[in-house]
Amino acid sequence: MGKSYHTIAFYPEKCNGCGDCVKTCSQAKSGTNDPIHSRIQVAKAPEGTAYGLALCRQCGEPQCVMNCPAGALKKDEESGVVKCDETMCVNCQLCTLACDFAGITHNSKTNQQMKCDMCGGDPLCVKSCSTGALKLLKGADLFNAWGDYEDLFVPGLSACLGCNSELLSRHTLRRMGPETVVATPPGCIAGVGAVGYNGITGTKTPSFIPLLTNTASMLAGARRYYNRIGRDVTMLAIAGDGGTADVGFQSLSGAAERGEQMVYICVDNEGYMNTGVQRSSTTPYGSWTSTTPVGSVLRGKTRDAKPLPIIMMMHNCEYVATASTAFMEDYYRKLEKAIAASKRGMAYVHVFSPCPTGWRFPAAQLIEVGRKAVESNMVPLWEYEHQTGRLSFTHPVDNPVPVREYLMLIGKYRHLDENQIDHIQKAVDAGVRMLGQFAEKRDEAV
Amino acid sequence: MFQTKYLIVGSSHAGLSAMEAIRLCDQEGPVTMVSAEKAYPYSPTILPYVISGKVPKERISLRNQDYFDKIKVRFLNDSRVTGIHPADSSVTLESGKKITYEKLLIATGADPELAPIPGLKDCPHYKLRTIKDALEIRKAMNKLSSAIVLGGGLIGLHTAENMAKAGLQVTVVARRTLLRRYFDTQATGLIQKVFAENGVRVLTGSPITHVTSANGACAVSLENGLDLSAHILLVATGVRPRTSFLQGSSVKTDEGILVDERMRTEAENIWAAGDVAQAKSFFGPEQILNGILPDAVEQGRIAGMDMAGDPALKPYQGGIPMNTYTFFGNHSFSVGSSLPGDSEEGLEMDLIYSPAGLKYQKLVFREGRLIGAAGINTSFDPGIIRQMILRQVELGEMKATFAGSPLRSGRLLMTRLWR
Repeated sequence: MGKSYHTIAFYPEKCNGCGDCVKTCSQAKSGTNDPIHSRIQVAKAPEGTAYGLALCRQCGEPQCVMNCPAGALKKDEESGVVKCDETMCVNCQLCTLACDFAGITHNSKTNQQMKCDMCGGDPLCVKSCSTGALKLLKGADLFNAWGDYEDLFVPGLSACLGCNSELLSRHTLRRMGPETVVATPPGCIAGVGAVGYNGITGTKTPSFIPLLTNTASMLAGARRYYNRIGRDVTMLAIAGDGGTADVGFQSLSGAAERGEQMVYICVDNEGYMNTGVQRSSTTPYGSWTSTTPVGSVLRGKTRDAKPLPIIMMMHNCEYVATASTAFMEDYYRKLEKAIAASKRGMAYVHVFSPCPTGWRFPAAQLIEVGRKAVESNMVPLWEYEHQTGRLSFTHPVDNPVPVREYLMLIGKYRHLDENQIDHIQKAVDAGVRMLGQFAEKRDEAV
Repeated sequence: MFQTKYLIVGSSHAGLSAMEAIRLCDQEGPVTMVSAEKAYPYSPTILPYVISGKVPKERISLRNQDYFDKIKVRFLNDSRVTGIHPADSSVTLESGKKITYEKLLIATGADPELAPIPGLKDCPHYKLRTIKDALEIRKAMNKLSSAIVLGGGLIGLHTAENMAKAGLQVTVVARRTLLRRYFDTQATGLIQKVFAENGVRVLTGSPITHVTSANGACAVSLENGLDLSAHILLVATGVRPRTSFLQGSSVKTDEGILVDERMRTEAENIWAAGDVAQAKSFFGPEQILNGILPDAVEQGRIAGMDMAGDPALKPYQGGIPMNTYTFFGNHSFSVGSSLPGDSEEGLEMDLIYSPAGLKYQKLVFREGRLIGAAGINTSFDPGIIRQMILRQVELGEMKATFAGSPLRSGRLLMTRLWR
């Protein structure tokens, strides 16, 4: 895996043109307040409503470097910063012609080229920005930390275009490592080729398809065997919501009650997607499915979804969390905790998993749908740890967007009338309120 | 004889760019780069700075052996290609050795072209394309005190400036105007003025009738009756694609090697890029030689991506003239079509011309879109201008605002539009 680097992101809608970043940079790089020396430049529209940013992107394939005849520009492999060796620069300015972003510019006072050097990793412009328009994105750390783990899935999976499950499964198994037994009950995960075909597994770990009814009990048995022979092997279920909340629930509930040691991941795509988009008990109110059709009488599902993560929390599992692939850092943290908790008992992670095929939205919108679900509180991200007895929100949303904004992204909600939207909004609000009470009560108990 | 998957002939910008594009897509396929020169890859663009002494010859390499080892590329120096044989997918080197390839990129660049001036061939002269040329000129400059530069292009002017700064008496003779690919006569008038103020005599618009040599000096006679003489004669009257080794092969050439939008030649499994290639123009149906560094990088990248089967490849948009030029502490640039004929209809221009302040700015629009820009000592982001032209950004009502502040408006457009 190549290395990934921190990057400075610009959110033009948050910029107010105060110029603090420019002043800070001029001070840092020249010791003066003359904005001409700033490596970061903000362009303001005459009407003052829009802002443009000229700043080096520290490109992965920097064109300035390729166009430099003097070999003065180089991308530093350690920091990712494109650096200019001024002793080699001949001031030909071809770099300014090669850069699409005005990331390297000619300073007419010094008669030299100048560009951002990321202040050695802690950019002062970002620190000076009070509106949040500049942000140092550190997602690269995750990539670097996780990129070297071995991908334990086959290169080709037969998932639908834009499926969330591939992202989830690959990253989960990377971290779990080869000392893992994977159970994928009938459903999408098994269907996309996780267990393979014709006697060849789709993972580089032992994997099997239990029955839809007995995933948790089969893993419990396998783990007890490994305990007896003294091997620490992680049991991992990657199961759909049908195999978890409906058909497989009694074995899951039993295993949770007995404190069986496993990581149980429910991939909640809110229905039986693999068999033709039928409703499940986690399908939300109002959803179209092939068994909750939309016609002159029925207007989608008439019942609310079963709050399975809360039900699992009430089983006193060692660890329970909700997660979303739109918030990978959050998911990674939770996976680490789940693995640790699975040494003691059951860790249950409920992953919200939008489905472009069954929910009817463009594949490219997958992450956006996941993001809006969290930002509208449709899917609050939280975790419960039995050792501390705490429930805590891991991505609290202070000003949630109306749930309508989330619903509007998805085809299965297109038919909703105002009353139905109102019903969903109320259910979402009530759900968050309930979680909030748990969080408070648990706090008091500690 | 040995075999390679990718063979790159030439080691300057187009070849290097192709090599890196290949490696982004195919990390393992054997890549071989052959160069006619002894040195590690360098840019001809750096040579005027070697002449001036600003860049020592030890510091011109763009890549070294460690780099080639790291990306697993076999680099063969001193290996001039003398013939290519598409029928059995092989090339022959000067040494007689043969290399067979699966995919071949010709990026051999161009050679200086001698203008057809009577007597020039027989008169001792210098040219500037290789490090050897540069070092010879530098050596001559140390002993001699005057020079005539034939040609008003970038190489000629850069070298003239550096010779003047080194204390030589320099005369530039250009058959027409200076830098005529990039600037109109108003702009070149300003450049010429700066040269004159710095003691360089610039003579334009008068063809040379003949060149003679006598007693270690050369004499140049112009049609307007002027006779010049100097110790050093530098010929910088243009370049010609280096294609002689293609004789007898099925690779089709016109002025250069004809290539399509993926830099493919007529012959199977052979690509060409950079100064040697003749590719489509951005502005018209014709195929042009666009021998400039940024285009060599671009064409090389496209060729490399196509050779490696990179699915992210976007076809070549077509060459546009562009360059940056610094002279005696001043800076200038030109991108696109900033020299349209007066007769061309439907064009709008915006001009700032201030000879006293040595400032010049010209913007050319067609149907609400920018098609060219040039400037001397003005604030522009040439890269943004280049993208505005290539992307044919519709300016509409923003045109006046843009002309008023191209730097600011360009950056706003870039932030909004570039993806």
